[in-house]
Amino acid sequence: MLTRRIIPCLDVKDNRVVKGVNFVNLRDAGDPVELGARYSDAGADELVFLDITATIRSRKTIVELVEKVAANVFIPFTVGGGIQSVEQMDELLRSGAEKVSVNTAAVDNPELLAEAAQKFGNQCVVLAIDARRSKDRTGHWQVCVKAGTEPTDKDVVEWAAKAEKLGAGEILLTSMDADGTKAGYDNELNKAVTDAVNIPVIASGGAGTLEHLYDAIVDGGADAVLMASITHFENYTITQMKEYLRDKGIPMNL
Amino acid sequence: MIVVIDYNVGNVRSVCNAFRHIGCEATLSRDPKTIEQATGLVLPGVAAFGFAVNALGSLAGLVKEVATDGRPLLGICVGYQMLFETSSEYGRHKGLGLIGGDVVPIPQGRVIPHMGWNLVDLPEDMDLFAGLGNQKHFYFAHSFCAEPKDERTKIAYTDYGVELVASVQKANIYGTQFHPEKSGKAGLKVLQNFYNICKQNN
Repeated sequence: MLTRRIIPCLDVKDNRVVKGVNFVNLRDAGDPVELGARYSDAGADELVFLDITATIRSRKTIVELVEKVAANVFIPFTVGGGIQSVEQMDELLRSGAEKVSVNTAAVDNPELLAEAAQKFGNQCVVLAIDARRSKDRTGHWQVCVKAGTEPTDKDVVEWAAKAEKLGAGEILLTSMDADGTKAGYDNELNKAVTDAVNIPVIASGGAGTLEHLYDAIVDGGADAVLMASITHFENYTITQMKEYLRDKGIPMNL
Repeated sequence: MIVVIDYNVGNVRSVCNAFRHIGCEATLSRDPKTIEQATGLVLPGVAAFGFAVNALGSLAGLVKEVATDGRPLLGICVGYQMLFETSSEYGRHKGLGLIGGDVVPIPQGRVIPHMGWNLVDLPEDMDLFAGLGNQKHFYFAHSFCAEPKDERTKIAYTDYGVELVASVQKANIYGTQFHPEKSGKAGLKVLQNFYNICKQNN
């Protein structure tokens, strides 16, 4: 049986892993290559590296970092942040990333998802969605772009369903409202999206306790759970998370 | 020397990294002379089937020659799917035809791609899995799956609500749908086993 995945997320800024609350107030959490290798050894199922400065400063993506990580990490990892084109995706995949995630560029040009899927296969193409609860419409979420700085008029659930049709193979769904708060995932959001698509969904934003992980899988329907604060600052080890979930009947790779 | 075929698709370097990590010599190359001299070949792959076949281009004949000659060949993911006769991913494409069977979509009614770590039942008679016991988790990421129809093919399965083929072997030709280079310790052991198979064959 396919196991549910535990995915530490490494937000990278100026070659350091950082973590903030609601996308601001960044705190240093270590060297990305070292941290990646440590998570790989500790039994993480997968890693996500997000270059959180790339979109804002239009910096080139983090090819060198990907090469270093790939030489030391033998589990799959996704790279995202500021990726604009199929050529950039190709470079990152060739450097050793398993998957690439796009957000702003796919909103600007949805055909990018189709082009990428036809070239790399849809399993390589992750659509990252930064979702913010709509103030006007209850039970709706807005897609935000440029590292969460710009709201759009796109509805998250509709966008997720459209992206699946275009060629996205996975959705990395971050609740901006919950991110970094450690108050639990937004499972209403997770459920709305997992019900609307038939591709895997990674729940992101808000993990604070072991129970939160369980809730995202059971109530939110998430195929994988992503976390940063609670694992970088060593509240819980990967093994603790997996044992807790396994003991509650969730299939895990332990 | 193992040659990992560099044919302009994603992920080729990861396979070399993994071999290097376990102390095995592996060269990334698309040079026909280097490929001809290989003791074993690895055909990796992160790509759509049609794109991968086109990217392999004229090297396809050479890969078939080396494999027919009896040297070990390991196909990974799309590289594994290419060992079969045809695929229906984004159109109809011909594979290398080294193993009888076709590549078809994973049956509907479940989340697709099949992405993540799944438990594989490891048959005792597949030397690729020597020392790994009866079952291990490996990392999968695919939307299409191969259906071998050649009776001489040894098969390892995984359960995704339907039985999916996780790995095959026909004589010196090996393939894994999963990514051994991304499957942690168990995956590195598979690559070590392949390296040993190449050494013994040489």
